[in-house]
Amino acid sequence: MSVIIKIENLKRYFQVGTETVRALKGVSYEINTGEFVSIMGTSGSGKSTMLNILGCLDKPTDGEYYIDGIAISKLNRDELAYVRNRKIGFVFQNYNLLSRTTALENVELPLLYNKEISAKERIERAQYALEQVGLKERMGHMPNQLSGGQQQRVAIARAIVNDPVILLADEATGNLDTRTSYEIMSLFQKLHSEGKSIVFVTHEPDIAVFTSRTIMLRDGRITKDVAVETQSAKAALEALPPSEDYN
Amino acid sequence: MNFSNLLKIAYEAILRNKTRSLLTMLGVIIGISSVIAMVSLGQSSTQNINEDISSMGTNLITVMRAIQRSGGINMGNSNSQSLSLKDCEAIKNRCKYVDAVSPWVSTSSQLVRGNENWPSTVQGGNTDFLSIKKYKIERGTPFTEKDIKEYTKVCLIGNTVVENLFSDGSDPIGQDIRIGSIPFKVIGILESKGDQMGQDQDDVVIVPYSTIMKRMLATQYIHMIYCSAISEDKCDAAVTEIEQVLRNSHKLKEGDEDDFNVRTQKEMLTMMSSISGFLTILLAAIASISLIVGGIGIMNIMYVTVTERTKEIGLRTAIGARSRDIMYQFLLESSMLSLVGGVIGIIFGLLISYVASMLLNWPYVISTSAVLLSFVVCAATGIFFGWYPAKKAANLDPINALRYE
Repeated sequence: MSVIIKIENLKRYFQVGTETVRALKGVSYEINTGEFVSIMGTSGSGKSTMLNILGCLDKPTDGEYYIDGIAISKLNRDELAYVRNRKIGFVFQNYNLLSRTTALENVELPLLYNKEISAKERIERAQYALEQVGLKERMGHMPNQLSGGQQQRVAIARAIVNDPVILLADEATGNLDTRTSYEIMSLFQKLHSEGKSIVFVTHEPDIAVFTSRTIMLRDGRITKDVAVETQSAKAALEALPPSEDYN
Repeated sequence: MNFSNLLKIAYEAILRNKTRSLLTMLGVIIGISSVIAMVSLGQSSTQNINEDISSMGTNLITVMRAIQRSGGINMGNSNSQSLSLKDCEAIKNRCKYVDAVSPWVSTSSQLVRGNENWPSTVQGGNTDFLSIKKYKIERGTPFTEKDIKEYTKVCLIGNTVVENLFSDGSDPIGQDIRIGSIPFKVIGILESKGDQMGQDQDDVVIVPYSTIMKRMLATQYIHMIYCSAISEDKCDAAVTEIEQVLRNSHKLKEGDEDDFNVRTQKEMLTMMSSISGFLTILLAAIASISLIVGGIGIMNIMYVTVTERTKEIGLRTAIGARSRDIMYQFLLESSMLSLVGGVIGIIFGLLISYVASMLLNWPYVISTSAVLLSFVVCAATGIFFGWYPAKKAANLDPINALRYE
């Protein structure tokens, strides 16, 4: 098992007016390939800042972040964009799909920014990614023709289409009802079982139980970093009473 | 990222907002089509004038009376008595570059036949007048030296006069018409020449000059002298000769101002071309204002688009777009809008100028330079007015852009 993410004494300070806000005050941890980690914390705990840095959208004030062996603090904007494109898959709370654009075209998007991939390969890979999330039949649908759960599946397909070393999910179930949340978690568990490394940021403890390790943040420091006894999302789904919401 | 991907991204973004893209393009379409139409029509009109003037004869030379001044008061040239038949004789005998000479007198008169009447201008010339002015006789015969000597009351009339005085369809030749109160016999009908510079060349009555001078105006002086040079390139030499001969016969001393003006058709051509050329530039300048407005329209929409699509920009950045990819995308979008608008505008402009020149009976001229220029202007508009919004999009902070609501 190799280390995919290594965080060393990571600090992130923001200058707000004359005050310095210390969002992260020296955080260290490692994530190995094939782990399914949840990062938990209340708002203000620094988990959003953590996620921005993990996603190479932001750089630490101090300390170092290695992803797949690359030291992020030494990279310029373009190199960061390259890392985001090749190494990271993002899943957002509000899906962030392009409207009036088919599911297939939405999934193709990251590959458009990779010039090594031909148009033919791009379409094949996008189709395969949609197959993996179970939306093979809905490739030509626009986002407004899809339910919330389906839209999030498209977003997940978009996140895995570039075969990233890590999947970053930011409150990916936050906009979904319990049943659909479990369905999405079940999909994440399936991807995990197929070898994907996943970091799942959430504030809901009952979602974190589906991951294999939980890092708890509070006031910019890690308060807990424990292995979790993973529960099956599929089992939880089956245990739910029959849906009354829609038939 | 390669260019074809960029192109795909940009045109998909344009297609996603069809109505808005179309409205944005409308500004450019209107701007470009009006520039093209104005320039093409301007050139049509220039060519039309050139053709008119050429059809009057490029070796035509006119001698006019100079403007008279009396104690600083401009008296115009209508009462000037500087040209006479003697001058005609002198030019005819002493200018070797002059082929034919005709005196010219004219008067406005009401033409009457039975209960029909028509206002027209009666012109008097000699037997060479028709050939100098490129009139041809359709039917009948021209007047002769004998008619001139005897002040015969005969006339040649144009088609417009025929239509207005002989609406009953009877043959005018041999019939009498009254010019003012004097009866004239129609001896010939002139071939139609159509319009020239807005003047109906068929609304014409030609009589022997002597008849007008003796019977109608009772004058010793003539209004103008028409000459034709032996060839077009000898025009300037002929003008110099005429000027010398007239200065001699008018006994002007050195330093005295000419009391006559000699004009060639070529000068007219240059003058008219420069006037219509100036008008073309003026119209094009006005039309190009609408092009600028169209460009600002593009900038406006692109600016709004950047704000509206902040989230999209954030997402693209998150999945690996570099700032420059974002910038190129927006630049390409604005360039595509203006270029597609430009092409449509060019087509419209050519159509408008085609229809207009058909209606005006002008020659249809496609101004290649205007088309090329418009194309360049379009591309420049797209890039220039797209630059600022694109820069703004590229500089968005991805974290804030992603959270933007």
